[in-house]
Amino acid sequence: MAQHQPVLLANVNRPDSEKIATYLRYGGYDALRKALKMPPETIIAEVKASGLRGRGGAGFPTGVKWDFMPKDAPVKYLAVNTDEGEPGTFKDRLIVERDPHSILEGVIISAYAIGAHRAFVYIRGEFFLGVKRWIKAISDAYQHGFLGRDILGSGFDLDVSVHRGAGAYICGEETAMLESLEGKRGVPRAKPPYPAQKGMWNKPTLVQNVETLANIPHIILRGAKWHSDIGTEKSKGLKIFCVSGHVNRPGNYELPLGTRLKEIIYEHAGGVRMGRGIKAIIPGGASTPIISAEMVSTPMAFETLQAAGTALGTGAVIVMDETTDMVEVVRRITRFFVHESCGNCLPCRVGGKRMLEHLEKLAAGTGSKQDIEDLEYLAGGIRGRTFCPMGTGMVEPVLSALRLFRDEFVKRV
Amino acid sequence: MDTQNISGSNEGAVVDPAKRSMLLAALYVAQEQTGYLTGDAVHQVAKRLGLTDSEVYSTASFYTLFRMKPVGRHVIQVCEGLSCYLNDGAERVVEYVGAKLGIRPGETTSDGMFTLETVQCLASCGTAPAMRVNDRLYENLSPASIDDILERLMGEV
Ligand SMILES: Cc1cc2nc3c(=O)[nH]c(=O)nc-3n(C[C@H](O)[C@H](O)[C@H](O)COP(=O)(O)O)c2cc1C
Ligand code: FES
Repeated sequence: MAQHQPVLLANVNRPDSEKIATYLRYGGYDALRKALKMPPETIIAEVKASGLRGRGGAGFPTGVKWDFMPKDAPVKYLAVNTDEGEPGTFKDRLIVERDPHSILEGVIISAYAIGAHRAFVYIRGEFFLGVKRWIKAISDAYQHGFLGRDILGSGFDLDVSVHRGAGAYICGEETAMLESLEGKRGVPRAKPPYPAQKGMWNKPTLVQNVETLANIPHIILRGAKWHSDIGTEKSKGLKIFCVSGHVNRPGNYELPLGTRLKEIIYEHAGGVRMGRGIKAIIPGGASTPIISAEMVSTPMAFETLQAAGTALGTGAVIVMDETTDMVEVVRRITRFFVHESCGNCLPCRVGGKRMLEHLEKLAAGTGSKQDIEDLEYLAGGIRGRTFCPMGTGMVEPVLSALRLFRDEFVKRV
Repeated sequence: MDTQNISGSNEGAVVDPAKRSMLLAALYVAQEQTGYLTGDAVHQVAKRLGLTDSEVYSTASFYTLFRMKPVGRHVIQVCEGLSCYLNDGAERVVEYVGAKLGIRPGETTSDGMFTLETVQCLASCGTAPAMRVNDRLYENLSPASIDDILERLMGEV
């Protein structure tokens, strides 16, 4: 097994890891000191050169997004996405609870680079400990002069506030998150305009995932080249893979992008329980297409998973052994998406419900061949026809399962 | 902070967007005492933030953590997500807890102590099965650990 020194997760297992004293003892906020002496354009160039791509699911190049922020706008914001709700994903909660300062340092550097003086932390309502840790980290950072007026004598000002969501997966979608931050129903906005043009209160807003932000201090301290030397051609750096399901050692594993799925499953996560074979894998969270065991040699990178017909998503690997009932798996995932549909567009709201009805029948053994055909027809019809990407996320598991495990559906009728 | 007219608000009332952004936080405070949003609480929130009652209802009803009906003193939310299911949790935990308390999901015990709910994924898939009780997360659940949790809550005054 290749050995890797943890970087993003270096702190999380230390005693009192969440405290500012611990963070400072291991070099915390050194990157901020360094960044505040760099011109903002240099930081943006550095992040661009690092090849860092967003860790919230879409994988958009981070430096490019920073460059999209208008340079001359007087008021700009940064919004921190701590809404982590994609089933299978549990990395952001870990960082927030155990190492909130690593994110906060990234927040301050990013805000400085894009010229934002206010940052909004949006956190999933269920993450009660996370809320406490965020608030404590922010108040300690104020006390140490890392937030507020004239940060470390640089002349740069930044205020950060914490906002609790209240139980709605869709609020992780960036524009729905902005609506929710404004105190409204979390219904996605039309794009364009993108948040970088019109975001929070119609002002240019940079939305960034927690894991993405936690990478920033390391890129500043170690340099863009350190980061771009890790990974594959199009997927640079380290990634936290959340491994769950039928494995012996489920958990978060920080590994270079491009690490093969089988290394993650068999070497890091300890292999499949009871020595069973794998039937199926969800590689990037519930909204990414399911793949079969034949794909275990695939490197976990944006471009390789795309070529394999699926996606890296959030890097949440759910392993299902040979005894798994795939009809039930798909029913369960679909139930999630139907429950979480914001209800604003018809294909997602009604199409999702219809799909679930067919799946309930098939899972209960009361379905017919017609249910399989209707399910496939509906899924194909929803795909690409919804207002936001959630509709596509909803049908990917259905379509991929029908392609790979059709016999299991047929056996149920 | 500049104020602007927010479409959908009552008769062109001027709403302060900074105030409006406090709505979710205000709703949390409003339901802290009673566990749910009473009509009076909604009205108070609306008045304070310069919104109509229906605007507040409409927003609150979008979010599952805001409740429109009374709940028990302890709200148990069992995860029914995929990873919990793959780890012998989900329905099995729901059934176990439900049998102990004599209620089904959506119900509250007659003494008003417990409400049982099901939720989707609590971001604890690596430590599944998981459930939340009030604001606390419980991971790696087993029948024994569930017994402990419930007994402790029943013993609380
Ligand atoms: C339905 C849906 C849910 C999402 N949920 C999250 C989430 O919980 N956390 C997150 O960081 N991004 C989530 N995203 C992605 C965001 O829209 C956005 O791309 C991301 O926050 C940008 O940050 P990044 O570039 O650092 O990844 C979601 C997207 C969709 C379509
Ligand atoms: S599936 Fe239960 S915590 Fe994720």
